Amino acid sequence: MKVILRAAVASCCLLAASGAAYAQEKLKIGVMATLAGALTSGGEDGVRGVQIAAKQAGNKIAGREIELIVAATDASPDSALRAARKLVEQDRVQIIIGPLSGSEGIAMRDYSKTVPNVTIINGSSGALEATYVNPSPNFYRFNSDGAMWMAGLGEYVYKDKGFKKVAIIGEDYSFPYTQVMGFALGYCKVGGQIVQRQWVPLGTKDFGSVIANLPDDVDAVFLGLGGGDAVNFLNQYSQTGGKAKFIGGSIMVDQTVLSSRGAAKRLLVGTPSSGGVADAWDAPKWKEWVKVYQESFPADKRFASPSLFATNYYNAFNAMKAALEKVGGDLSDGGAKFRTELSKVELDAPNGKIKLDDNRQAIATTFITEVAELPNGELTNKFVKTVPDVTQTLGLSPEAFKAVGLPSRTNPECKS
Amino acid sequence: MSSFIARRPIASLLILIVAAIFLWLVFVVWTPGMEAAFGRKRVFLSALFNGITLGALYFLVASGFTLIFGLMRNVNLAHGSLYLLGGYLGWSVGTATGSWTVALIASFAVVALAGILMQVLLFRWMEGQDLRQTLVTIGLSIVLADLLLWGYGGDTFQVETPAWLSGPVQLPFAVAVRSNGEAVMMTYPSLRLAIFCGAVVVGVLMWLALNRTRVGMLVRAGVDDRDMLSATGVRVQLVFVLIFAFGAGLAGLAGVVGGTFQSLQPGEDTKILLSSLVVVIVGGMGSIPGAAIGALIVGLAEQFGSVYMPTYAVMLTFLIMVAVLAVRPQGLAAVRR
Amino acid sequence: MAVSSAPPSLGLATRPPGGIADTVARLGAPFWVLAAILLVMPLIANPFWLVQIFAYTMILGMIALSLMFLAGYGGIVSLIQMTVAGFAGYLVAILGDSAIAQISLKWPWWTAVPIAILVATLFGTISGALSVRTEGIYTIMITLAIASAFYYLTLQNYTIFNGFSGFNGIAPPHFLGVDWRDTHAFYYLCLVCAALAYAAVVYVSRAPFGLALQGTRDNPRRMAALGFDVAAHRIAAYTFASVIAAAAGVLLVWFQGQISPGTSGVGPVVDILIIAVVGGLSRPVGPFVGALVYVLLRTFSLDVLEAVGLDGKRFQLLIGLGFLVIVLFSPGGLIGIFERLRDRYERGRDARSAAMSVGERAP
Repeated sequence: MKVILRAAVASCCLLAASGAAYAQEKLKIGVMATLAGALTSGGEDGVRGVQIAAKQAGNKIAGREIELIVAATDASPDSALRAARKLVEQDRVQIIIGPLSGSEGIAMRDYSKTVPNVTIINGSSGALEATYVNPSPNFYRFNSDGAMWMAGLGEYVYKDKGFKKVAIIGEDYSFPYTQVMGFALGYCKVGGQIVQRQWVPLGTKDFGSVIANLPDDVDAVFLGLGGGDAVNFLNQYSQTGGKAKFIGGSIMVDQTVLSSRGAAKRLLVGTPSSGGVADAWDAPKWKEWVKVYQESFPADKRFASPSLFATNYYNAFNAMKAALEKVGGDLSDGGAKFRTELSKVELDAPNGKIKLDDNRQAIATTFITEVAELPNGELTNKFVKTVPDVTQTLGLSPEAFKAVGLPSRTNPECKS
Repeated sequence: MSSFIARRPIASLLILIVAAIFLWLVFVVWTPGMEAAFGRKRVFLSALFNGITLGALYFLVASGFTLIFGLMRNVNLAHGSLYLLGGYLGWSVGTATGSWTVALIASFAVVALAGILMQVLLFRWMEGQDLRQTLVTIGLSIVLADLLLWGYGGDTFQVETPAWLSGPVQLPFAVAVRSNGEAVMMTYPSLRLAIFCGAVVVGVLMWLALNRTRVGMLVRAGVDDRDMLSATGVRVQLVFVLIFAFGAGLAGLAGVVGGTFQSLQPGEDTKILLSSLVVVIVGGMGSIPGAAIGALIVGLAEQFGSVYMPTYAVMLTFLIMVAVLAVRPQGLAAVRR
Repeated sequence: MAVSSAPPSLGLATRPPGGIADTVARLGAPFWVLAAILLVMPLIANPFWLVQIFAYTMILGMIALSLMFLAGYGGIVSLIQMTVAGFAGYLVAILGDSAIAQISLKWPWWTAVPIAILVATLFGTISGALSVRTEGIYTIMITLAIASAFYYLTLQNYTIFNGFSGFNGIAPPHFLGVDWRDTHAFYYLCLVCAALAYAAVVYVSRAPFGLALQGTRDNPRRMAALGFDVAAHRIAAYTFASVIAAAAGVLLVWFQGQISPGTSGVGPVVDILIIAVVGGLSRPVGPFVGALVYVLLRTFSLDVLEAVGLDGKRFQLLIGLGFLVIVLFSPGGLIGIFERLRDRYERGRDARSAAMSVGERAP
C-alpha cells in the first residue's frame, strides 16, 4: 500500500513540475559550467562572469526579467550532455551559455543539432572542431579556439626572442595538439625548427625521464601542459638544475599555475606565451572590467583579476543581450530572429573587438604576454602586444588551412 | 637468499644476468651502436635512476597498505586519501614553521592518529567482515577527498624543498666523452637520491622491527594465523592499532615526500592508490619484500615506458600486473598458502 | 524521492509451480501496481523525467544489477561491471556508425550490437578468470586495477578508441518501423531490457546454477568437497553478469549519443558499487532503487542544496556520507531499511491485534 501511495504522490509531483514549466513569464537562461572536478575553479569564475553581466543589465533584458539557471558539469562530455538536457527539457530554457571545456564544446555542437529551437552560446570551450568541423547552425562562439590563442606567438619568439630551435612537451590530448598547431604554423613559416615532440599522458606525475630526454641544443622548450602536470614538470625541472628557456601554452601560464603554492612556478618568470586575455593590459575597457570584477566579489571569493573563463562567459552574456534587445526579447519563433541578430553582433569586449565569421566562430584578438613577478611576489602575465582580428584559419585561406588538416600528435609537420 | 637460489637455480641465474647487464650498461662508455639502440646514455641512466627513486616513493606508500592488509585483511581503499591528507598537512606545517623535517614528523604523527581513530572507531567493530571494511574505506575516501577539496581548494600545492636537498649532485658515472677525452659526468637531483636513501632506511628498519623485535614477532604470527595469535592471550587489538597507525603514518609521510618532488592536488589520492594496488598485486599482498619488488618493477616500468614508449607507458604497468596475475596470482614474493 | 522503480518481472521466467494465477498472487499487489505505473509512465511523466531520470535509472540499475548478482549471490565484489558496459558501448561506436567516420565501420546494428555484447562478455569473462584465481577480497583490488587499465587504454589509444575525445554522434537505430531515438520508444526499450535482466537474475538465482553459486559464496570448501568446480561457477557468474552489463552498455551509449574514456573512468566504476550497495545487495530490486536515488541526486542536488541554503558543490560529501551511513548502519541498503520498517510495522500490527484480542477476552 505504501508503495502505491508513494507512487501516486510522485506522479502528482511530476505533473505539477511539468505544469509549472509552461506558466513562465521570466526569460530563463541556462548557464553551464564545470562546478565539479579539476576545472571547478574555472567554472566558478565563468559563472561569476555571467552574474556580473546580469547585474549590469539590471536583471532585465528588453523589459523582460531574466532568471539564470546554473547546471553543473564535471568537464566530461557525458556530464555536459546531461546538464544541457536538464536545462532544455526540465527547466525549458531557450538559450544556454556554456560549456567551458573543449570536449564538452564538441558534445554541445552535436547536441544543438537535435534541438534547433535552442540557441547555445559557447562559454569558454576552445576546441577547434566545435565550430570548424560540421558546424551547427545554433551553436555560437564568441571566443577564440586553442589554435587562435597561439596566433602570432611563433613569429614573436623567433624574431624577438631569437628561439630558432625548440622542443615540445605537451599533454597527450586534443587541446595541446591544437595549441601546438597554432604555434607551429606561425613559427615554422618564419623558419623555426621543432626538433622533438614529447606527448605525456594527462596526469603525469613524474617527468624525470621526459626531462632527461630533452635535446641539449634547443633554444627553448614549448610547454603545452596545465594545472598539476605543469607544476610537476617545473618542480622536477628545477631539481635537475636545468637552465632552459620556456614558451608557454595558454594554460601553462594561467592563474591555476601562477597561483599554485610552492617555488617551482618562479622558473616561469620571463616565459612568453599568448592567449585570449592579458592580466595587465592597460586598455581602458579592460581596466574597467577588472575593476567591476574586483568590486563585485570579495577578494577571497574570486581570482586576483578576471580569468579567461570569467571574461568569455561575460562576453557571451553581453552578446546574447545585444541580440535579444534587437528582437525585443521575443523568442516565440523558436529564436530564429534572435539567431539572425546574434550572427550580426559586434562586441566591443574588454578583451578587444569580437565579430563572428560564417561558422558563427569569433574573429577576435590574441594577446602575447610574458610572465612577470609583481613587487608582492605574485606572478602575472605582463602585456606585450596584441594580434588583432585573428581568424579561425589563422590568416591562411580556407583551402590552405584545410590542407594542413586537423591537429594531432604529429600534425602539422614543421616545414618552413 | 641461498635457499632461493637452491630452489630456483634458473630464475636466480636469469636475475643475476639481468643485474649484471644493467651494471655493465651503467659503467661502460657507450659506443655509437649502443646509442642507436637505446638512445643517449644519459636518457637511459636517468630512466633507470628515476625508476628506482620513483619505486622508493611507491614503496613508502605501498608498504603501509600491504602491512595493514596482511595483518587485518583490510583493503584500505582510503590509503590514497591518507597520502593526500599527509601531503596537505605537510604543506601547511612546512609553510607555517619553515621546516621540512618538522612537516615530515607532524604529518606522520597526525595521519597515524587518524589511522588510530579509524581502527578504534570503525574497523575493530567489524572484524572479519572484509567486504564491509572495504566499503567503509571507499566511503571514507569519498568524504575525505571532498573535505580536502573544501579546505584546500583545487589549487596545486607543492611542499617547499629544503635548501640542503634542492638542486643536482654529480654522480661518478660518465655519460659521454668530450672530444678532448674528458668525461662528462652524470648529474642527478639530490632530492631524489635522498628519497631513495630514506626508503631504504625505512625498509631496513621495518625488516628489523618485524624480524628482531617482540612486536614484530606478534605481527608475523598475526599475518600467519590471526585466530591462533589471539587465542594465545596476546592483546591482539593493541597490535592492530599499532600497525594501522604505523601504516597510515607511512602514507602521510609519503604524502609529504610526494608533495615535495611531485605535487598535490585533488585526484592525486586515486592515482597513488592505484599505483599502490598494482605494486602490492605484483609483489604479493601482505608481504613487505613483495612491496619492495613490486614498487621497483612499477617505478622502472613507468620511467622506461615514458622514454621508450610514451603513449602506452601507463598501460605497461597494468600489463605487467595482468601477466603476474596470469602466471603467479599470489604475487611475485608471496608464499602460496 | 518517492518512486521505487522496480521493473516488473513478467512472471514468465520464474517458472511458477501452480500456473499464472499463483504467480500473480505470489508477487503481491505492490509489485503489480508498480509494474502498471511503470507501463503507463509516459502518460504521466514529461519527456525529461521519462528519459533523463527513468531510462537512465534503468540503464545504471542494470549495470548495478549485474554487480548485485555477482556480489549478492556469488560473494564476488567486481568493479569491472562499468568497464564491461563501457567496452560494449565503445564497440557499438566502433563497429556501428558514429561521427568519427575514419574509425567507425558502419556495420548495421543487428551485427554490431550482438558482436559488441559478445566481445564485451568475453572481456568480462577473461577478467573474471584472472581475478577468481585469488582469494575473495583481492577481487576488488584486481578488478579496480583492470578497470583503470581499460580507462588508460581508451585514453591513450587513438587508432581504435579515438583517445581523449572518444566517439560522438551515435544514435539508436531505426527498426521494426520504430525510431528508437524517440522518447517513448526509448523508455520502453530500457524498460523491457531492465525487466528482462531482472527476470533473468531472479530466474538464475533459483535455478540449480544460482543455488550452487550461493553455495560457493557461503562455503566454497564444502562445495568443492561436494564435487562442484568453484572457480568455474564463479567464472560463469562473471559471464552471465557481463551479458547484462554489456547490454546496458549498449543502451548507455545510445542514451548518451557518445562515449569517451570518462564514461568508464574510476569515478563511474566506483559509483556503480555505491549504487548497488546503497540500494541493497540482497535483492535484485535494490540496484534499481539505488540507481534512482543516485540519478535524482546527480540531477537535482545543485538546485535542492542551494534552495535550502547549503553549498551545492558539496554533492560528493553528501554521497560519501550517505554511503558511509548505509554501510555502517544498514548493510542491507535502502531495501534493507524498507524491509526492517515493514517488519516492525507488521510486528506492531500483530502485537496490537494480539493486545486487542487479549483485551476483548479480559472480563
